[in-house]
Amino acid sequence: MSNRRINWYKYAAPANFYPLAGKMIPFFAVPAAILFIIGIYVGFFVAPTDFQQGESYRILFIHVPAAWMGMFLYVMMAIYAGIGWAFNARLASMMAQAISTTGAIFTFISLVTGSLWGRPAWGVWWVWDARLTSTLILMFLYIGFISLQSSIDDVRRADRAGAVLALVGVINVPIIYFSVQWWNSLHQGATITAKSFKMAPSMLAAMLIMLAACWIYSIAVVLVRVRYIIREREQEAPWLAEAAV
Amino acid sequence: MFGWLVWRDLILAWRRRADVLATVFFFIIVTSLFPLGIGPERETLKTIAPGVVWVAALLASMLSLGRIFGNDYQDGTLEQLVLTPQPTYLVVLAKVLAHWVVSELPLVVIAPVLGLQFGLSENSLVIVMASLMLGTPVLSVIGSIGAALTLGLRAANVLVALLVLPLYIPVLIFGSGAVQASVTGSSPQAWLLLLAATLVVSLMFAPWATSAALKISVE
Repeated sequence: MSNRRINWYKYAAPANFYPLAGKMIPFFAVPAAILFIIGIYVGFFVAPTDFQQGESYRILFIHVPAAWMGMFLYVMMAIYAGIGWAFNARLASMMAQAISTTGAIFTFISLVTGSLWGRPAWGVWWVWDARLTSTLILMFLYIGFISLQSSIDDVRRADRAGAVLALVGVINVPIIYFSVQWWNSLHQGATITAKSFKMAPSMLAAMLIMLAACWIYSIAVVLVRVRYIIREREQEAPWLAEAAV
Repeated sequence: MFGWLVWRDLILAWRRRADVLATVFFFIIVTSLFPLGIGPERETLKTIAPGVVWVAALLASMLSLGRIFGNDYQDGTLEQLVLTPQPTYLVVLAKVLAHWVVSELPLVVIAPVLGLQFGLSENSLVIVMASLMLGTPVLSVIGSIGAALTLGLRAANVLVALLVLPLYIPVLIFGSGAVQASVTGSSPQAWLLLLAATLVVSLMFAPWATSAALKISVE
């Protein structure tokens, strides 16, 4: 029986993970594209006009998934970086480096789309409430992580230093998440909880489809990026010369 | 070993007094720039005083962060300190304490004088001192994480700023909130208590992160 079980640890080696990632990418990229199309269609054409906000609320279908992915990817990045540091695993640190760019982009999108939503809805482009400020801090943490890694020449030292920074900053993510409960401010509280949802079913469907689309897209794009990072870092390795490019 | 390390750092800082005084003068100059830039209207100055004093303190302490580990890193002493059987946590705590006495305590002492420039009342001046007294150790200890991560890098100063300023933001909010509360007449107690809590938590956890970062940077 034991020779039937998959040895998962084999894939901790960049040489083995590289082709696996290559095979996995289409399984995530294609559903992501399909879900994006369906989500945009449902969100922009099927979901009803909001009673108070009119049509401008529709940007939330991008803002909420982007914000969620920004936070979630930071936690994943911190976990991968921590694993890379604790177990001295190169591939985990490469994954953290790959995730950082996507996370930063999603956080930036959430800040921008949030401003675009806020202007018609609240009348202002920006407020300094707890959630917006801590999301801005998240953006700075991503930028700090990326700058730190790019300014250290020794790759393993860069990985470990980034891990320390990512883990120190991970405290910010629960602050963002719970900030709307802890402080009463302009940004609304949680609309979707485990027990109920306070919006029309088609709006909820669009939101969840867009969330799934962003999540699967993130997996696909991180896998593509980690393949680039593997190629860049393992330039000297003999297996790379043999692998189909 | 702890006491010895603190004393050693204090003596070394005393021998390079100019570096230390530069931080204080930077603080004074930056706080003086704001009334010149914004206009000398008394009410405006009173409103911006908490924020200006606190932001200037933040920037001044950021400039001085390179000095916590920089000199020892360059001549190899830091590597020896990390290799001692004593926990690196204590080494970090000692160096941060010495750095605070040398770089931040002068800011705390000078700040009320600068508060007078902005027309703050005596009560508010006391709160300025108290908030800086509680807040500057946090700045030192959190800044030490950034300093340890960027040891020996090119453009380390700018990078430290980028890494450490997001972590400084809560301290800034609590500190200037305390002073603002006293300027507007309400009680600064909640803000000061939050600052004290931040101090306790950061003193517990930050040296641990710094010692991990030191071990990474020194290898």
